[in-house]
Amino acid sequence: MREIPMTVVVNGEKHELTVPAWETLIECLRDRLGLLGVKKSCDVQVCGACTVLLDDRPVSACTVLAFEARGKSLRTIEGLARGDELHPVQEAFVEHGALQCGFCTPGMIMATVALLGENPRPTADEVKHYMRGNICRCTGYKRILEAILDASRRMSGGAKGNGGAKGNDGAKGNDGAKGNGGTKGTDGR
Amino acid sequence: MLRSFELCEPTSVAEASVLLARHGDAARIYAGGTELILAMKEGLIHYDHLVNVKTIPGLAGVRLDGGALRIGAATPHRVLERDPIVRERFPAVARMETDVANVRVREVGTLGGNLCFAEPHADPGALLQVFDATVRIEKKGGGRTILLEQLFVGPFETCLEGDELLTEIVVPPLPEHSAAAYLKFGFLERPSVGVGVAVTLDDGRVADARIAVGSVGPVPRRMREAEAVLKGKAIAESVAALPEAGQIAARAAEAITDLHGSAEYKEHLVGVLLRRAWEQALAAVDGRAGR
Ligand SMILES: Cc1cc2nc3c(=O)[nH]c(=O)nc-3n(C[C@H](O)[C@H](O)[C@H](O)COP(=O)(O)OP(=O)(O)OC[C@H]3O[C@@H](n4cnc5c(N)ncnc54)[C@H](O)[C@@H]3O)c2cc1C
Ligand code: FES
Ligand code: FES
Repeated sequence: MREIPMTVVVNGEKHELTVPAWETLIECLRDRLGLLGVKKSCDVQVCGACTVLLDDRPVSACTVLAFEARGKSLRTIEGLARGDELHPVQEAFVEHGALQCGFCTPGMIMATVALLGENPRPTADEVKHYMRGNICRCTGYKRILEAILDASRRMSGGAKGNGGAKGNDGAKGNDGAKGNGGTKGTDGR
Repeated sequence: MLRSFELCEPTSVAEASVLLARHGDAARIYAGGTELILAMKEGLIHYDHLVNVKTIPGLAGVRLDGGALRIGAATPHRVLERDPIVRERFPAVARMETDVANVRVREVGTLGGNLCFAEPHADPGALLQVFDATVRIEKKGGGRTILLEQLFVGPFETCLEGDELLTEIVVPPLPEHSAAAYLKFGFLERPSVGVGVAVTLDDGRVADARIAVGSVGPVPRRMREAEAVLKGKAIAESVAALPEAGQIAARAAEAITDLHGSAEYKEHLVGVLLRRAWEQALAAVDGRAGR
């Protein structure tokens, strides 16, 4: 097979595409679908600028082949806001000033959405471990960390704002992102 | 941009093997592609046919079989990291997996791909050797099972024939009163040094000691001479003997100077990580932690 027909749901919208086997996901998203929020920086899976969610799992769009999205759903930064209303992670990044040049930001935010989808209330160490593969040249990470912890509080029903221990641990709702992605038994996916 | 290629999607190991045999050097197995696609994008290699093994039913997944962990070759790192059985029964394996690469590589990259690429700077090949892990290799019309340590022939080189596939990794349980630990150090994406150990205690003595070192030299290796130094000793004596064991292991690892550090530096780290890993494993046996 050199040309692969596929159905893929991108940010909630169904697309029927035929992609060459050798097309990467980032080429498909940017060049074919015009989703320019996906950034390419290192091109070798070390920086995370190209992070998108494939069935809610973070992948490097720079290296994963487009046909791997067959029958799956893709989420990019363009799919987060609802109209004028930002996603809580986007809001937290803006309010904490967790970006400067902004080039890493779409990837950072998508990785955060994936993290909070599987671990709604991560500790600071868990955030650092999970986000290790997303590199920012500008911020020094402190504000990014604060924004992520704040987003976690907001999304799990905690208090808004940047208070320390104000979060309300009880409510675990989370805005449609997958609740506890992954611990699905032993045979993976 | 990648050069064009043909994607083949077999539905059985035999079919994949036939495709590999038919196309020879022009074909290559494609699992997660985290190594292969990178190398192809850089133009270092090119294949006219990629054989996607993820379409073969049963090649991915983890199960327990008589105490042993059977891991399908196409199982992504992330599954091993999070699987409840792996975490409970083989905690050192789950922990090692949480520190492979970054989360995106772990979601897509498979254990089989990691082992078959035989990049010297990798983690699983070293830790799994202290479990005496075996690998199942299959082709059309036959198969063989070998010790994992026999898989690695040299940097980027395994003993697999062109039409063979790695299908399963089998990790036997450690004996009772045992624990394993794996520690690594690196400052680039990949480890500079990785040391795996397993210890079995019996009545206050080291009934068995297993040590493997990876990333330092051409292939990850069991360090049997260094193990012999620790075996049979009382616990405190084994700790006192760690410098000697570390020196033997460092020499046997055939350290090379590369981007990840000088040979001398890596040899030093082998000793340091061995000591820490040994102490960690001792503390973990039957909840000795904290004592
Ligand atoms: C940025 C980065 C950081 C990394 N850091 C680490 C690290 O810290 N530690 C570590 O251990 N690894 C690390 N890795 C390596 C990573 O673990 C591997 O890339 C991954 O496991 C390879 O799996 P894959 O399925 O993507 O292999 P592929 O790229 O699909 O294949 C790799 C090779 O194996 C062959 N192959 C694949 N499956 C089989 C099979 N079943 N039978 C026979 N041959 C097969 C392919 O033909 C190919 O030659 C890193 C990789 C990247 C890109
Ligand atoms: S551009 Fe894909 S990880 Fe850097
Ligand atoms: S804000 Fe510039 S790279 Fe992160």
